[in-house]
Amino acid sequence: MRFMVLVPGSPESEAGEMPSTDLLEEMTKYNEELVKAGVMLSGDGLAPTSRGARVRFSGGERTVIDGPFTEAKEIVSGYWIWECASREEAIEWLKRAPFDGGTEIELREIFGAEEFDEAMTPELRERQDQMREQVEQRG
Amino acid sequence: MTGPATQATIDAVWRIESARLIGGLTRLTRDVAVAEDLAQDAFVAALEQWPASGIPENPGAWLMATAKRRGIDALRRQTTLERKQETLARRQLLHQLEQPDLATQVDEIDDDVLRLVFMTCHPVLSRDARVALTLRLVGGLSTPEIARAFLASEGTIAQRIVRAKRTLTQAHVPFEVPGQAELAERLSAVLEVIYLVFNEGYSATAGEDWTRPDLCGDALRLGRILGALMPREPEVHGLLALMELQASRLRARVGPGGEPVLLADQDRARWDGLLVQRGLAALQRAQALGAPLGPYTLQAGIAACHARARSVEETDWAQIVALYDGLAALTGNPVVELNRAVAVGMAFGPEAGLELADALEDDPAMAAYHLLPRVRGDLLLKLDRRDEARAAFERAAELCENARERDMLLAAAEACGA
Repeated sequence: MRFMVLVPGSPESEAGEMPSTDLLEEMTKYNEELVKAGVMLSGDGLAPTSRGARVRFSGGERTVIDGPFTEAKEIVSGYWIWECASREEAIEWLKRAPFDGGTEIELREIFGAEEFDEAMTPELRERQDQMREQVEQRG
Repeated sequence: MTGPATQATIDAVWRIESARLIGGLTRLTRDVAVAEDLAQDAFVAALEQWPASGIPENPGAWLMATAKRRGIDALRRQTTLERKQETLARRQLLHQLEQPDLATQVDEIDDDVLRLVFMTCHPVLSRDARVALTLRLVGGLSTPEIARAFLASEGTIAQRIVRAKRTLTQAHVPFEVPGQAELAERLSAVLEVIYLVFNEGYSATAGEDWTRPDLCGDALRLGRILGALMPREPEVHGLLALMELQASRLRARVGPGGEPVLLADQDRARWDGLLVQRGLAALQRAQALGAPLGPYTLQAGIAACHARARSVEETDWAQIVALYDGLAALTGNPVVELNRAVAVGMAFGPEAGLELADALEDDPAMAAYHLLPRVRGDLLLKLDRRDEARAAFERAAELCENARERDMLLAAAEACGA
């Protein structure tokens, strides 16, 4: 089972400040543990929302809203992708992460291809596959 | 404490902690059988206590402390009625367990896991025993899980594990990472075990299902752990690259009715992009660590040629032939020769491929191997020699032990026409 762990933003991450050396060290140690357990597949930090944008959809209208965005709770500043045997295992790993101060980290299961397939018509699936193929060839 | 624990949560903790726990206990007791018993005792204690008490803040340390305490209690009970020599051995063990564990630093724990892997993959054990013991002690799988995976009875697997542990004790196999002199050979035994597990999942040799993705997942996890613990070993990354790349095709490899879908017919958009990336990155690490390339890195190179190609036609078959040349020179394995024949057939035409495949027909090692007639069938069909192709596919079906694959081969024979 694959999981995505979403790390929320903070005033510091929004200001583009790097975490303290202590926290970086703890986080590196934690990441090493995840790698040594064969759990971590990938992960990245995200740049502040001042370098991002939102697009609002309403009927035929598209409104572009430039960052930064203020509601820190809704901002994601990083993510991991993990491979675990169960939701419980993912939770156990997450509990070991070096966060503090009331931070809430969100754990989400990534749909397997099979679950997705059920909701897709064959035509839709083919088009989705073609698109994914093109994207991956470019990547 | 973090709230009451469910069975699933305790199982999850076991999966995370068991290899380190058993490794640490083996270092203390110098006996993997004793170590596993103590670890199991601690696990049972967790199952009894955690549902009410909740999971301790540091479950790994709790399990280790509990296992050691149980060991000490048992030893104290047993020391009274024994001959002197045995008492001495027990005293030493008792002493070991009563010591505060000074080796709780990260490095030592990693080394424990690595030592454990080299122990469970020790050449003194049969291949079957190595596989079962590695999945059990390093992978954290239960005996029923292993039995299910290998379509064996629980009794058979339990026996196999007990015997394997006994063999290790009797042979005085040391708990250590082998020295430079024997490292290459011992490491290759470890990699072989992991790849055996992967392959049993990737194309099951027997049974109703064509693939068993869970086993592939277990092997991948072991490979990833080893990749992190032995980052300087090129073949560790080579094997990991091979498994990541092959696993990226798992979901494209099975059709809607559970039937096998061969590489040429796979919908490449269904390959797992994340695993492809990880595989290519691991291959790069393996190659960067220096030549000459080992057998797993060469095979990963071949898998990478497929992973990079948009279609069968756009595959760099000449490069694949070159990699198979290297692999054949290294292994002299007739199965490699057969794969080389397939690649030659793609790069230089079916006639050239068939010539190589035909040359393998006299090899006794290939006499019962169903893939030889299957490859010949494919090549003969391309040459429009339909009668011979049909006979070859039928022969392949006869030799094949996997139900799904046999159906496919019979269908291929049928499709050749009368």
